[in-house]
Amino acid sequence: MTRYADMPEGVAKHLARLPLPDIEGGAFVPGPPLAERRVALVSSAGLGRRGDRPFGPGAVDYRVLPADADANDIVMSHISVNYDRTGFQQDLNIVYPLERLKEMAAAGEIGGVADHHYSFMGASDPAPMQPFAKDVAAAMRAEGVDTALLVPV
Amino acid sequence: MCALAHYLEREGIATVAIALVHEHAEGIGNPRTLSVPFELGRPLGAPDNPEFQLRVLRAALALLDRPDGPVLEEFPDPAPEPADYEGWACPVSLPRPEAAPDGKHERFVVDEVARLRPWWDLARERRGRTTVGASGYEIEDAARLVSRYADGADPDDTDPARKLSRSLKLACDDLMAFYTEAATAQPGAVASQDLSDWFWGETAAGKALLAVRERAAGEDDRGMQLLGSLLILPRSQVHRAGA
Repeated sequence: MTRYADMPEGVAKHLARLPLPDIEGGAFVPGPPLAERRVALVSSAGLGRRGDRPFGPGAVDYRVLPADADANDIVMSHISVNYDRTGFQQDLNIVYPLERLKEMAAAGEIGGVADHHYSFMGASDPAPMQPFAKDVAAAMRAEGVDTALLVPV
Repeated sequence: MCALAHYLEREGIATVAIALVHEHAEGIGNPRTLSVPFELGRPLGAPDNPEFQLRVLRAALALLDRPDGPVLEEFPDPAPEPADYEGWACPVSLPRPEAAPDGKHERFVVDEVARLRPWWDLARERRGRTTVGASGYEIEDAARLVSRYADGADPDDTDPARKLSRSLKLACDDLMAFYTEAATAQPGAVASQDLSDWFWGETAAGKALLAVRERAAGEDDRGMQLLGSLLILPRSQVHRAGA
């Protein structure tokens, strides 16, 4: 379902109406070879730990997901009902592939996995997310993370 | 989502993004993007399929070794489908939702929850986790809150720090998650659309949620209007509204 033509008409119409952010002068940060990179996940699925404040309409902040959090402690409070959640119910890795990332690190394919990962809620206007993204980047740098894998929902 | 990549790159973090909506990925021009041909909600393609998920991850992370960008690559393969899928049936044969008369959903929804509970317990045990619980309610309390509101009552047992529209939204989401987790407790792949059709077309809870939607849309409160108009019924099930 990657293109509008493959989606139910209502969903495609809605997605086509969403304004895309106007990004000027995009940066392209270089880095070491993949096998030396320390990687963090950034999800936009509205994930949080059980007991965290749920995401609500318009939320532009994020929740921190420690790498050692139990899979049962991760819940989803994205406000949209227009995507499948049953895959997530069966297997956390379908939206939050932390186990796969750990396997790649153990096999030496990537340099390491961050101690902390992050989730925003993708339905919100991205412009006010910028200061929060800045905080996330600072937290990543502080723990030696040089690379983020962004995973939508 | 995609704007986050730019924000992080500005702060010195290299990014690679998976994209489920190809037109959005093209429009934004992230530094590195892997566009994937999967269903919304399934960015890694297939649940319980580590090999396939690893292929997707490797394809995404490989873009980090490109010397310059922006790079937009397409993952070539659709998510694998079970070869012999012939549909699915709920482990419990529930009464038809028409049995629950308008204004009297509560007893039927609470009864459904009780009958699905052993299967939900089994699903939780098998998976070692549940996704139910973002609302903070026990599932029986979520069921009562939703169905009482559907029946025209003004529930008074909600979290005082939260607006009723928020409590209802989280309770509705937990209820849907409970139903689909219970319904997939037995091994075997299930098409997500079949589960959605079952919940909205064949359960008293789905019927109650349609009533919640209709009532909320007519309230004066903007949070309630938003709940009713957008945050309960998926667009793919909108033909059930008013039925």
